[in-house]
Amino acid sequence: MPEAARRGDDASFPPFLFPDYRSTRLRAPTMPLLPPPPSVRELTGPGPALAAEVDPNADLTRNAGGAGTAIGERIIVTGTVLDSSGDPIPRALIEIWQANAAGRYVHDEDGHDAPLDPNFSGIGTCVTDANGAYRFVTVRPGAYPWVNHPNAWRPAHVHLSVFGPAFSDRLVTQMYFPGDPLQELDPIFNSVPDPAARRRLVARYAHDVTEPGTALGFRFDVRLAGVAATPSEGTSDGA
Amino acid sequence: MAREPTPPQTVGPFFHGSLLREPRTRLAPDGVAGERIRIEGRVLDGEGRPVTDALVEVWQAEVAARDADRAGDDGGSGGSAGFGRSGTDGVGRYGFESVRPVRSPAPDGSSEAPHLDVLVFARGLLDRLATRIYFEDDDPVAIDPFLRAVPEERRATLIATRDEEGRYLHDLVLQGASETVFFDA
Repeated sequence: MPEAARRGDDASFPPFLFPDYRSTRLRAPTMPLLPPPPSVRELTGPGPALAAEVDPNADLTRNAGGAGTAIGERIIVTGTVLDSSGDPIPRALIEIWQANAAGRYVHDEDGHDAPLDPNFSGIGTCVTDANGAYRFVTVRPGAYPWVNHPNAWRPAHVHLSVFGPAFSDRLVTQMYFPGDPLQELDPIFNSVPDPAARRRLVARYAHDVTEPGTALGFRFDVRLAGVAATPSEGTSDGA
Repeated sequence: MAREPTPPQTVGPFFHGSLLREPRTRLAPDGVAGERIRIEGRVLDGEGRPVTDALVEVWQAEVAARDADRAGDDGGSGGSAGFGRSGTDGVGRYGFESVRPVRSPAPDGSSEAPHLDVLVFARGLLDRLATRIYFEDDDPVAIDPFLRAVPEERRATLIATRDEEGRYLHDLVLQGASETVFFDA
């Protein structure tokens, strides 16, 4: 069997084919990824323009259009978006989506028998500030069952989609919560090969972010792989 | 290599309300000059079945540059021209409208054939997939050194064909004998 296709290094990046996650079996490419066209490494993406035109909508406890507030444990999720050198990225666009506190998404295809919350859409957008920082207010999402294997449950998570300035910065990932016993049973979480890399998907409880009487704080930094994910092999761009 | 990048995870099946909250399938604002084109195709799995919950993002960088250049005369759109996002429908189909791409310079001084840069996301894809769409009537292999470096038998997976109605057709095949060329970017 050929080595499974994957992007980037073999510690942080999941292989496309990960049979424990059943849906990969017919969707994973099986041929090796080719080196990219040289211009892709230098390509500026749509992120800056998208960030400039978006209306930030970062309080998910009260953005569902009604007068009420979402049910659940109120949380603050904040962090810094960094480039591959560890420098903060201002004006990065972050879009998130998540299940409500009962583990149910506002989505036609979500058949989980758990209640919807009329005051929770589970959708937010935010642009990082001059220091690369973002901040959402939301409720802690519930775990929910899925059909991957018998008695399969997704650990609580928030989906994040991030645009940095470069085309190759593009990242879609999931943020998990500390101390969740479902993580070690979850093939999506475990598709990331290196345990230290998996830990980078878990937010940290941050008491300095917690607002007294209001909401618990979590910190989750996002480091984009960017152009440097592909070794430059001595080309003149020095990436 | 980036030190300790944040690992990617699948987009899953429930992204629509967030990532497709507004339509973004027109890449070129009205003021951008050029032949108006439509590009469409299906996302297919390893058994040739439609992937009905994929997300296709396209980036036509030269349109963004041309739109920004219009700022001097009629204002430009001031926005994200050149970027498109399409979900796939019940038969796995995505689609975009734009202006016909033009050649762009390559870092080594050669030219790149007209193309779109493409990212594919879906439930069951643990990471995004990067590819390109070239256009058959540009004779892209003759222009583009990158395309010539792709094994000859796989080049067609990067090149859209034109149907009798003038639409460009391009399927994105995730797995199998006719698997689309994806690259490490």
